[in-house]
Amino acid sequence: MTDNKYELVCGMEVHAELKTASKMFCGCKNDPFGAEKPNSHTCPVCLALPGALPVANKKAIEWTIKLGLALGCKINLFSKFDRKHYFYPDLPKGYQISQYDLPFCYDGKLETSLGTVRIHRIHLEEDTGKLLHKKINGEDVSLIDFNRGGVPLIEIVTEADIHSPEQAKEYGKKLRELLRYLEISDCDMDQGGMRLEANVSLRPVGESGLPSYKTELKNINSFKFMEQAINFEMKRQEKKLIAGEEIQQETLGWNTTTQETFSQRSKEEAEDYRYFPDPDLPPVRFTQAQIDEMKASLPELPTQIVKRWEGEYQIEPRFGSKLFNTASEANILDSLFSSAKNKKVAVDKLASALVNKQISLPIVESDVEKTINDFSALHSVEDVDTVELKTTIEKILSDNPDVKEKYSRGEKQVLGFLMGQVMRVSGKKLDPAAVRATILLSLEE
Amino acid sequence: MSSLISKKLVDEIAHLANIPLSEAELQNIAQDFEETLGVINNLSEIDTKNIEPAHHTTGLENILREDIVENDRMLSQKDSLSQAKKTHDGYFVVPRILHND
Amino acid sequence: MTDLNKLTLKKAQKLVSEKQVKASEIQQACINQIKAVNGDLNMFLSHLEDPASGQEGALASLPIAVKDNVCTLDFPTTASSKLLEGYRPPYEATIMKKVKNAGGVVLGKTNLDAWAHGSSTETSAFGRTLNPRNSDFLPGGSSGGSAAAVASDTCVVAIGTETAGSIRQPSAWCGVVGLKPTYGRVSRYGIAAMASSTDSPGPIAKTVEDAAMLLDVMAGHDPFDATSNPDKPPSFVKSIDKKVSDLRVGVLYQDLEGLELVRPHIDKAAGIFESLGANVEYAEAMDPHYAISVYTIVQRAEVSSNLARYTGIRYGNDRSFFGDEAKRRIMLGTHALRKGYADKYYLTAQKVRAKFALDYDELFKKYDVLISASSPTFAEKIGASESSSMFGELADMLQEPSSICGLPGINVPVFRDPETNLFLGLNIVAPAWREDLVIQFGDAYEKATSWNSWRNND
Repeated sequence: MTDNKYELVCGMEVHAELKTASKMFCGCKNDPFGAEKPNSHTCPVCLALPGALPVANKKAIEWTIKLGLALGCKINLFSKFDRKHYFYPDLPKGYQISQYDLPFCYDGKLETSLGTVRIHRIHLEEDTGKLLHKKINGEDVSLIDFNRGGVPLIEIVTEADIHSPEQAKEYGKKLRELLRYLEISDCDMDQGGMRLEANVSLRPVGESGLPSYKTELKNINSFKFMEQAINFEMKRQEKKLIAGEEIQQETLGWNTTTQETFSQRSKEEAEDYRYFPDPDLPPVRFTQAQIDEMKASLPELPTQIVKRWEGEYQIEPRFGSKLFNTASEANILDSLFSSAKNKKVAVDKLASALVNKQISLPIVESDVEKTINDFSALHSVEDVDTVELKTTIEKILSDNPDVKEKYSRGEKQVLGFLMGQVMRVSGKKLDPAAVRATILLSLEE
Repeated sequence: MSSLISKKLVDEIAHLANIPLSEAELQNIAQDFEETLGVINNLSEIDTKNIEPAHHTTGLENILREDIVENDRMLSQKDSLSQAKKTHDGYFVVPRILHND
Repeated sequence: MTDLNKLTLKKAQKLVSEKQVKASEIQQACINQIKAVNGDLNMFLSHLEDPASGQEGALASLPIAVKDNVCTLDFPTTASSKLLEGYRPPYEATIMKKVKNAGGVVLGKTNLDAWAHGSSTETSAFGRTLNPRNSDFLPGGSSGGSAAAVASDTCVVAIGTETAGSIRQPSAWCGVVGLKPTYGRVSRYGIAAMASSTDSPGPIAKTVEDAAMLLDVMAGHDPFDATSNPDKPPSFVKSIDKKVSDLRVGVLYQDLEGLELVRPHIDKAAGIFESLGANVEYAEAMDPHYAISVYTIVQRAEVSSNLARYTGIRYGNDRSFFGDEAKRRIMLGTHALRKGYADKYYLTAQKVRAKFALDYDELFKKYDVLISASSPTFAEKIGASESSSMFGELADMLQEPSSICGLPGINVPVFRDPETNLFLGLNIVAPAWREDLVIQFGDAYEKATSWNSWRNND
């Protein structure tokens, strides 16, 4: 709510690049950020050469349905791809293959601590190429790289259910967490792997219904900036509303230096996209049985897991949610915790040791044993005589003069070597954390 | 049928279609438009109630590809750029785009 | 052996496999003929200067003329437009791969109406093609160059493409066989798209058997074309020399105004089928004038979309290099898709299209094939295409119903005027995926009559 009792009415559109091996409509490598040189992951299809034709990536479609199901969406059993027309140099066909009236998913929701955000639709489309602006021989030009062109892009559109910048941020973060958890997108915001847009308008508190206008915040690549931009925009709009001024429907960007929104001529402004179903792509039809099967094979979602761990193992939710990013990682932790419980180990303390990095996370199933042992070792250690320890360390350092230098050069693995040495020399089982801390002190002197 | 098709309308369409047209061409195309629209207006004579549009004639569905990288279809950077009139350091070149990106 | 360029594909293949003739000699004969007549007729935009060798295969290094909207590695691909003048694609069409794998050699690229927009080959940016039967007249289009190449014996067989009439109509005007397969039978990958939902590459040949032989090479699933039929095609040459007795023929459009010229010849053709034992009767179909409207709207809408990629940034020249016809079609197509107009034009057209499909479903319950004239007229005089901004779509009225429904059809010569040396063509249409029927009937008609110029060359 603003000072003068206006409420934010905000909907968000998020685009995320799917991390399939190949592009959406051709077999080019899907790795725009890792490409050695520009225009090297391209083919007749994504370069839009005469005669080239698209064929849809099955996995990208499956992952879109997966996300939709995880967000409680309904799935359109019959769906298709449509051509969305506009001219821009990074769009080689002069149209983008997208979805118009039959998106794969619709009517879902994502819970935030500040309220439910309804998901209006989720659809699948292809990404554009990248433009670089430069001056060459005194001339202002734009350079185009199509390595990113054709990468599968999922678009998630909410209803205008967001009522604070904090909620917008939470929504974005939770969505990112889910995309990463399902292992369908890395959502690297600085690489453009996830892009945020927000539609912002205000209405008097107590009123319902959508305001008659909105401004669109685009090209914002961090949650922090998004929050700032929405805040700024709310204040700007409020001022105008109070003064009785009209708020122009426009596209705005966020200037991180001046900390202000500014008008952008959107490349798609006032466009008539002339959508029609793409004749080159036969429609997609699922059976209810197929959707039910996909739903049944969804991994347990993060919020459900954290809750379960709290119930079964008394692991604090704030620890639980920090321990994993993906479903695979959660699976391994499940093995760890159940194994630990069987061995009568205090699982909640094990979890906190993991969070505090006193022991390392198991990477694969076979690490589970070791992790439990590491944890046990933590708690069956002898008390450390700090002075004796320091002396031991000093001696080892003087016996190995190059170690300190190596460490200062950034070769952190010397720590492991030193720890091993200390343990060997002292002949005792010492608390690794204490040893490590003391070594670090000595190294940094 | 008098000027249904104004030069203004044709000009709008030309912008949407990204087709550069001279004054003379605008005039001619406006006339051609009228002729064509005259011919195709007969569609309103057919009853299309309860008819689904025929967007695809083959009846095919679910023609998809596996998520595999096709190395033999990927072009080298050289081949990708080979037919462009303006390139620079591996990029295609256009005059500076004024929209903010 | 002289006149090696006059051989049919079947005869040429036989002689080469029996080692009576070398494929290179046949190629050379074609090249010589090109040099003799192409200066006047302007059929080839590019061609071999000397024979080239091909792989092992059924096509045995025999020379094939290919329409210049098909991407090839060995020649430029221009779609007869200044916008793509000199364009060298870095990849080739799937049908080119298939032809090469079967041993065929691309003899050269043939002229077309620019971007395949037309029915005369007069709107090519590189000059019109003339009809080899009578050079005061046009060859038809848009595959006019390919049809003329076959008619002039400057190749053994040719490849064209049809969106609505562009194989069958020039084949009719040039007096050759033109086979339009079912949409989806032959891959479109690598062919500059015109109307994505109807474009069909197919053979243009001296005889029906030749066309069937080439279709056997061209047809088949392509993983690069999502609209290509995944099922394995049958062998089409197996439909040669099959009787048509007791099959049912419906004769269409005989009562249409404007077909007075061709009517008696189609009636005669109907009589021939009757004498061969088929059951023939007149049949009623939806008025093809509506198909003109459907086709004009849908095709131009898809054209406006498919030509959006030509900006001169990644290849070719910029959009000011489009010719008048292309500009007209892009504009009308854009209009038909605009907010506020798309329902009235595009959506309505797609619904009427569905009605045509339903009409054919009903007709094919009663008939195995449907016949009609391929074109309401003989080849028209030079300059005819300038008479109307819708020349192409009007000329192809009789083909548009089957094209918009994706059906297979064939043109076979049905009459030759001894005074002008110009031809009329018979159009035979079958249900989807039944090229076997059009081949069977076309072959039967060809062998029961004397209109085919190469009848005695086998």
